[in-house]
Amino acid sequence: MSAMDYDDDYMDDDDVDEYDSDTGMDVDDDGEDDYGAGDGFAPVVADRDVKKPYEVDFKVHSTDEIVAFQTKEVAHVAGILGCLPEHAATLLRTFKWNKERLIERYMEDPEGESEKAGVVMDAQKQAKFAIVKGFECPICCNDDADMETLALHCEHRFCRDCYAHYLNEKVAEQGESRRIQCMSAGCKVVVDEITVEKVVAPEILAKYRSLLLRTYVDDSVHLKWCPAPDCVYAIECHIASNQLLEVVPTVRCKCGHQFCFGCGLPDHQPCICVLVRFWLKKCADDSETANWISANTKECMKCMSTIEKNGGCNHMTCKKCKHEFCWVCLGPWSDHGTAWYNCNRFDEKASIDARDTQAKSRQALERYLHYYNRYANHEQSAKLSSELLEKTAIKMEALQSTSTLSWIEVQFLRKACDVLLESRMTLKWTYSFAYFLSRDNMTALFEDNQRDLEMAVENLNELLERPIPGVDVASTAATTITPQQQPSHHHVNNGAGTPTSMSKEPSATSLPPLTPSHSTPSVLVEDSIRDLRQQVLDKMGYVKTRREVLLSDTTQGLREHRWGMNVDMKTGILFD
Amino acid sequence: MSNIFTKRLTKELRDLQANPPAGIVVDKADDDLKSWKVVIRGAEGTLYDGETFKLQFKFSNNYPLESPEVIFLDNIPIHPHIYSNGHICLSILYDQWSPALTISSVCLSIQSMLSSAVKKERPPDNAMYILTAKKSPKATTWAFHDDKV
Ligand SMILES: [Zn+2]
Ligand SMILES: [Zn+2]
Ligand SMILES: [Zn+2]
Ligand SMILES: [Zn+2]
Ligand SMILES: [Zn+2]
Ligand SMILES: [Zn+2]
Repeated sequence: MSAMDYDDDYMDDDDVDEYDSDTGMDVDDDGEDDYGAGDGFAPVVADRDVKKPYEVDFKVHSTDEIVAFQTKEVAHVAGILGCLPEHAATLLRTFKWNKERLIERYMEDPEGESEKAGVVMDAQKQAKFAIVKGFECPICCNDDADMETLALHCEHRFCRDCYAHYLNEKVAEQGESRRIQCMSAGCKVVVDEITVEKVVAPEILAKYRSLLLRTYVDDSVHLKWCPAPDCVYAIECHIASNQLLEVVPTVRCKCGHQFCFGCGLPDHQPCICVLVRFWLKKCADDSETANWISANTKECMKCMSTIEKNGGCNHMTCKKCKHEFCWVCLGPWSDHGTAWYNCNRFDEKASIDARDTQAKSRQALERYLHYYNRYANHEQSAKLSSELLEKTAIKMEALQSTSTLSWIEVQFLRKACDVLLESRMTLKWTYSFAYFLSRDNMTALFEDNQRDLEMAVENLNELLERPIPGVDVASTAATTITPQQQPSHHHVNNGAGTPTSMSKEPSATSLPPLTPSHSTPSVLVEDSIRDLRQQVLDKMGYVKTRREVLLSDTTQGLREHRWGMNVDMKTGILFD
Repeated sequence: MSNIFTKRLTKELRDLQANPPAGIVVDKADDDLKSWKVVIRGAEGTLYDGETFKLQFKFSNNYPLESPEVIFLDNIPIHPHIYSNGHICLSILYDQWSPALTISSVCLSIQSMLSSAVKKERPPDNAMYILTAKKSPKATTWAFHDDKV
C-alpha cells in the first residue's frame, strides 16, 4: 500500500484552503498610502500561481487588523493636519474615511470643516473634568460641593454622572458612536473617543469601540464584514462598481464562508450581481406564476393528481388513473356522450383571443420554468449537502476501519463532496444567467460548458452515493452516527432534472466489480478501495476542470461583451 | 434614573410656579409627576394673540435622557406644523432632544413656533397623517418641514 502518492495528490489539489494561509495576519506595514478610500493599494492577492479570469484579489482581516488600520489612518491624518488623534478620528468619520477629500477640504477651510465635524482644535479648550464651586447640573439638578463636572470645549458644563447616563443611553440603547453630541440643546460638538473612554464603564466602552469599528468598515467601500453569523472578520477587496458587470467578486472568509463582495450574497458565480437581483426578484414574483398554474391546472376528480390543460380539447384523460373528464365542467366524460359540445359553457369563438394570450404567456412561463426548475434542483441538491456530508463521514469511518487507509488518506471523499457542492452552486447560477441570455451561437457555447459541468457533477455525485464494495457502512454507522441517520436511506439528488439522455463523460470508466462484503478477502478490498479512490479523484478533478472552464469562459465573455442579453440591465425588463 | 426624574421635575415645577415665563402656566401636574397639563397663550401681535392652548406632557422614567411626549389637547391650534390630532412637528421633541431642554424651554419653543406662523392652516399632509399616525407622536418618524416656521 503506497500511501505517500495519495497524500501528495490530495494535498496538491487543495487550492481552496491555501487562501487561508496566504492571506494571513500581515497588517500592512509598507508605507502610509496603502489603505484608505481611493488610493493605490498594495496588491492584496494571495500569491497563487496564476489568477484565473473569474477570480478577484482580496484579503481577510481580523478585528485587530482593522483596528490597526484605523489607528494608522488616524495617526497619519493627525500628523498632516497637526492635530490630536481623537480630532483627526472625528474628522475622518465625518468624511467617511476619505482622507484625500478631508485633507483637501480642511486645507481650504480649517475652522469651517472643524465646526461642521464638531471638533475644536485649540488644545486649551479640551474636554475638562473639574469640581466647580456652586455649580448645579442643569440636567439632574444636583449641586453637591464635591461633584465632578465635565465640559467639552464648547464649555457647556454638566455633571459627570449625567454624562455617563447619557453616553450609556446613546451607546447601549441607541447604538450610536460616531456623532454623539454635547448634551446641551442644539450644540453640535462631538464627544470624542478619549472623553467617552474617561466617562463610561468598561463594557459600554467596549460596545462603543465595536460600534466605531463597524462604522469604519461600513463607511469604507473597500471593506465588508463577512456576513456569516457571528463571524468577526472583514474582507478587503478593491472592485469598482462597473467591474461588477464583468465579474462576480467571490471572496472567501477565514471562517469558510464564500460570498460575493459586490452584493454580499453567498457566492453566485458566474451570474453577475445585477442579474442575480433580477432573477431573485423574478422568483419572488413567482406568485404570479403560481396563479397561472392554479388557473391552468385542475385536479383529477378521481385520484387528485394535478392535470395541466395543454390543448383546446376539453376531453381530459388523467395520465395517472386514466379517468376521463370534461375540462369545463369537470364532470365525467361519459356523461357528455360522444359530442364534447354537450357542455355548452365552452364558447369557442370568445375563447380564441383568450387562448392566444394564454399561449404567449404560457410560452414565457415555460421558458422561465425551464430555467427555474434546473436552478431550483441544484439549490435543493445543495441543501441536502449536510446529508451527503454526513453519509460521507460514515463512509470515511468505514474506510478507515475496513482498510489500512489513514485518516488523511480518506479525506479525498470529504474533498470530493466540497467540490461537488461548490459546482452545484455554480450550476445553479448558470441557469439564472442563461435565462437572461438571448439565443445565439454564443449561447450554445455557454450551454455546452454548462452541460459538460452538469454531466461531470452528476457522475461524481453518483459515484459518491454508491456503496463501497467490501466496506460495511451500516455497522460503522451504528457506532459513529446519530440513530436517525440511516446511511443510504434515500438518494441525494441523484441527477433529478438532468436530461436522462445525457451521455457519460469520455473519461468515465467501469467500476470495480461489486464483491459481496463478508466474503471479500482484504487484499481485494484494498484494491477496490484504491480503485475507487482513484476514480473519485479523477472525477473530482474533471469536475473542477469543467467548472474552471465554464467560469473562465463566462467571465471572459462578459469582458468581451460576447454574451447577448435579453434584459435591460437598468430596469430588469426582458426584451421580447 | 428615577431619582433624577423626581428631582429634576420637582425643581422644574417649583421654578415654573415661582417664575413662570410670560404666557406659560402649569395647569396641573400629577402627583407622580408623570403627566402634566400646561397652558400657553398666543403672543401679542401674532395670529394667535389672545388664544390659549393646552399642552399635555408625558414623561417616562428615563426623563430627561428621553424626551417627553408632548401634544396639544382640546382646542388644537391651526398651524402648518400642528396636526389636527394634536401632534406637533418640532425636532427638539424627537431626534433633536437634549437632556438639557426643559418643560419651560419646550413651551417657549412651541410658543415661538406659533408666533412665526404667517397663515393659519393645517400641514398639507394632515388628512393622511391623522389617518395613519399612532397615538404617541414619538412613534412617528418625523421629517421636519423647516426650522423657521
Ligand atoms: Zn447631572
Ligand atoms: Zn456643547
Ligand atoms: Zn467569515
Ligand atoms: Zn453579487
Ligand atoms: Zn386521475
Ligand atoms: Zn363539460
